[in-house]
Amino acid sequence: MATAEQQVEMTTSQKDILSRQSRISETVNAGLKSRYRSEARFRAYGAGAIVLALVMLVLLFVTIIGKGYTAFVQTELQLTIATSGEALGIGNDRDAAALNRADYQAQIKASLRDMFPDVTGRKERRDLYGMVSDGAAYALRDALAENPALIGQKVTLQVPVASDIDMLHKGQIDRTVAEAERKVNDFQIGIYDRWVSMGTIGLHFNTALFTQGDSRQPELAGIWGAAVGSFYTLIVTLALSFPIGVAAAVYLEEFAPKNRWTDLIEVNINNLAAVPSIVFGLLGLAVFLQFFGMPRSAPVAGGLVLTLMNLPIIIIASRAALKSVPPSIREAALGLGASKLQTILHHVLPLAMPGMLTGTIIGMAHALGETAPLLMIGMVAFVVDIPMTPMDSATVLPVQIYLWADSPERAFVERTSAAIMVLLAFLVTMNAAAVLLRKKFERRW
Amino acid sequence: MPDGPYLGNAQFMQSLALILVVLVLAVVGFRFGRGQSIKVVEGNARRLHSLPGYHGLYVALWCGGPALILLAVWLSLEPTILKHLVLGALPTEMLQKPDGSPLGVARLELLLNDIRNTAAGNVASTANAYIQDAAARYQSLQQTSYAAMAVVVLSLAVAGAAWAFRFIHADFRARNRVEMIIRGFMIACSMVAILTTVGIILSLLFESMRFFAVVPVTDFLFGLDWSPQMALRADQVGSSGAFGAVPLFLGTLLISGIAMAVAVPVGLLSAIYMAEYAPRKVRAVVKPLLEILAGIPTVVYGFFAALTVAPAFRGLGESIGLDVSSESALAAGIVMGIMIVPFVSSLSDDVITAVPNSMREGSYGLGATKSETIKRVIIPAALPGIVGGVLLAVSRAIGETMIVVMAAGLSANLSVNPLEAVTTVTVQIVTLLVGDQEFDSPKTLAAFALGLVLFMVTLALNVVALHVVRKYREQYE
Repeated sequence: MATAEQQVEMTTSQKDILSRQSRISETVNAGLKSRYRSEARFRAYGAGAIVLALVMLVLLFVTIIGKGYTAFVQTELQLTIATSGEALGIGNDRDAAALNRADYQAQIKASLRDMFPDVTGRKERRDLYGMVSDGAAYALRDALAENPALIGQKVTLQVPVASDIDMLHKGQIDRTVAEAERKVNDFQIGIYDRWVSMGTIGLHFNTALFTQGDSRQPELAGIWGAAVGSFYTLIVTLALSFPIGVAAAVYLEEFAPKNRWTDLIEVNINNLAAVPSIVFGLLGLAVFLQFFGMPRSAPVAGGLVLTLMNLPIIIIASRAALKSVPPSIREAALGLGASKLQTILHHVLPLAMPGMLTGTIIGMAHALGETAPLLMIGMVAFVVDIPMTPMDSATVLPVQIYLWADSPERAFVERTSAAIMVLLAFLVTMNAAAVLLRKKFERRW
Repeated sequence: MPDGPYLGNAQFMQSLALILVVLVLAVVGFRFGRGQSIKVVEGNARRLHSLPGYHGLYVALWCGGPALILLAVWLSLEPTILKHLVLGALPTEMLQKPDGSPLGVARLELLLNDIRNTAAGNVASTANAYIQDAAARYQSLQQTSYAAMAVVVLSLAVAGAAWAFRFIHADFRARNRVEMIIRGFMIACSMVAILTTVGIILSLLFESMRFFAVVPVTDFLFGLDWSPQMALRADQVGSSGAFGAVPLFLGTLLISGIAMAVAVPVGLLSAIYMAEYAPRKVRAVVKPLLEILAGIPTVVYGFFAALTVAPAFRGLGESIGLDVSSESALAAGIVMGIMIVPFVSSLSDDVITAVPNSMREGSYGLGATKSETIKRVIIPAALPGIVGGVLLAVSRAIGETMIVVMAAGLSANLSVNPLEAVTTVTVQIVTLLVGDQEFDSPKTLAAFALGLVLFMVTLALNVVALHVVRKYREQYE
């Protein structure tokens, strides 16, 4: 009996548990649906965030490429010029001095008049002359300087047209807009259409973009000056920041005792990595330009500022590379009687070098894209000449982009985008080199 | 007019040649030192304390080191000294304005530029006889300076080599000496970081003090009106030169706020997705793509904001009857947010993956779904790291320059409406300092005061953020 009662009791308690369990699972099951829904929702948010970021990336590239690809070609006019000493204003002189003072502009105008004898009005003629770029006169000058014997003969040249006509040819100017609100008037459009029907106007590769310095006229402006400026600036930065960065990293990682002083250095490096770049520009302005009297706008000063900015990046990367070299290497070298410096120079540094180089390349890519601190030290100057030394006035690619982006001319928009494409191509190359270097020399210990 | 040459091309080449000569001398010194060390032990290199190469290196370091240091010091001091010598020799009326007061710094620079240009043989803008004289003087001084420098540097190189050469004998501890020198060099290099910080603080403080001598600190920090254009003439209208920076601070906060409102959710959610949900293959593709976003120069974002995003918002606003400024804070802020997304996501990714797996498994074992685990366990555990990362991102947003320079406004509106144009601290620093500078006007000095505020705020944010991040890391390692 007792056992039977006990059994009954047990079954009731078991029932109790069972019913409680079923109640729990009921509650759980009731909530499951909404919990799974919220799970899916959360997951979708995450995927959405990534998609949003990637859409922005694509949008950025599409707009820049879409705006800029036309800048790689330039509308040029095939102009036949009946050169003569009289039209050039030099009579029978053919020496260098005469060629220097010759009026090539007048010669171009004369050949335009020959092309359209029916254009007689003053205003019309002025409009006609305005359709051809100043670059036409330079092209003629170069052709004649190469071969002065051409004077007196008919010369056929491909000359750039003015940027507005270039825009018209590339379909950027809407003909349906009222004449007063258009950059190109009806007369000029008429001339343009005649050029098209004559087959003398066409698109050619834009060599000026890659060989010239800056210019106020879009059709003559190029990025070569800025590219050379960037090159000098980066050379100075590399020459200073790599040795200093590596030496500092080796000292901090391998030699430095752990004390307050090295702690201070470490905190400093970490903080400097996060200081806004424009503050480095202020430092450069106050110290390098004002105090040391360095030249404004020069790649030397720019390189120094970028060095200070880059050092933390290089030091942090180099220290990580040194850390990844296993201690057994050091112990083996020390055990064979090498001094501490010999151990590091002969064994640790070569093994850490790929990592250090990767960090340096990434730092240099950063420096190549940096703009704000260089504005502070005057690298926004309008520089037409290609800099010859790091002491000359120069600008750099990102600053050139900034300057062109500020220009009101429609034709500068496509050139800005083209310059951005060139800059991004450099950056992609540098980063790809860093990735390859890492892949090639990566070691698992 | 572009600035005149600082060192003419010829001088640059001359200095370069001198450096090359010193380097060649050092190589020669190395060979002689090594040869001598072998000679003193009659070819039995085992008797030497140090390897022959170290003896050579010791000589080379003594040959090149002092000479190159002297060269650097000489080149950095030469322009200042030449300037004083040349300007000092000019008659006093050249250095004064018509009313007899001394010329400003900018005018002196112009004068000096004229002299330099004339000296370099460029067409002189003024055929002033004094300037011609000064140019001749400048040129002759420069030549003398170069000749003197060459003589002193080369003799120092030779003397250094000879001095080190005398030490070479069998017991000389050349290796220890060389290692000491290299170690000294490394210590000096690691000091550069401290020197940079000190340089930043000193230069900002020094120029700001000069600014605060003209404009009281309280006016600057609490003034509501910012119009830094100083009156050139007393009768000019509307050029009072007010330096109340509150509109700038407010504008900076507004744009940074918009940027963070974009960057934090997008960055955090994408980091969570990448760390917890994404299959390995997706992760391998998406992560580098997001890193591209981080590698794009800010000037490109600025161009994108000014030419694509801002007009799009303006058009969108017009179509629904809103008046959106073409330099709206919204456009600049959103593009800045996109720029910061990879920064937030990579920092959060690090801290999320650092949360130990045992915590995840414990939560799963109790029946929690993935998202519940993330929301209730992982994020609270990773919160200090995430907060640290967000603070670093805020400091980046505040200090970001090019996007706002290109896409935000110039006029200081005291407004929190994201559709209006506001200006920021960095925009004002750039506008105040780009173009003609006179270092004695409060307009220029104001840029340094703004820079000081910017530096202090970002420094505080960084210190707090790094502290939080580091403290958090220690817990799990």
